[in-house]
Amino acid sequence: MSIHRQYELVYIAVPDSTEEQLAELHQQVATVVDRFGGTIERTEPWGRRRLAYEINRQREGVYVLAILNGPPEMTSELDRRLRVLDNVMRHLVIRVDEVLEKDSRMQARRKAATVARRLRRGLPAEPTEQELSRRQSESDDSDGNDGYGEGDR
Amino acid sequence: MIGESRGGGRGGPKGASKGKEEKGGRRGGGFFRRRRVCKFCVEKIDHVSYKDVKLLTPFIPERGKIQPRRISGTCAKHQRALQTAIKRARTLALIPYVTD
Repeated sequence: MSIHRQYELVYIAVPDSTEEQLAELHQQVATVVDRFGGTIERTEPWGRRRLAYEINRQREGVYVLAILNGPPEMTSELDRRLRVLDNVMRHLVIRVDEVLEKDSRMQARRKAATVARRLRRGLPAEPTEQELSRRQSESDDSDGNDGYGEGDR
Repeated sequence: MIGESRGGGRGGPKGASKGKEEKGGRRGGGFFRRRRVCKFCVEKIDHVSYKDVKLLTPFIPERGKIQPRRISGTCAKHQRALQTAIKRARTLALIPYVTD
């Protein structure tokens, strides 16, 4: 069995594409993924968005994000296919499994450190309701003057 | 006597507590004081995603260039992540390459 990795695919379809055209596009992606024995984990249509700059005299585009699982060879084929299609203005395939793994590892480590610190201070491992509400109000206060504006993810 | 008290006052609390924060201000003659902290470290953001335009825009001044570390205060690790995120977002037309 070949290696399977997780990828993120984003493509921008031309703004005047119809529902059927988008469905067909999705189908084309699905066929390629299928052929390599991969799976589409989920698709997230972002819908029409203004482009930050003009591409092919267009100011808008229909963004679609797909999370894929499959072998590395799949990406080059996807790339090749999407490049040929006229109604796809831009596309991007990115490997994400490594990053996600690293992320969750970091978060787990951080959480463990917090718990250890709390236990050392003689507090319960999880923050109590009271603490949470106090922290909430504190972060609201400091939000306004951190100089970066809103940073919600 | 004067010299002694001054020296003590300077080196003690100020240097220890605020040394890093006031680094930016010194160059401008104490004109603008900047808090030089990495936003991503503070908010514990490990992964900077190119999809999160709202997160990226504060690091792109009007011209569209990537804000240098010396101004934003981002740590090296996160600046690297930010750099790739911004470049990816640019290819997807989420963020402009240049604006004038």
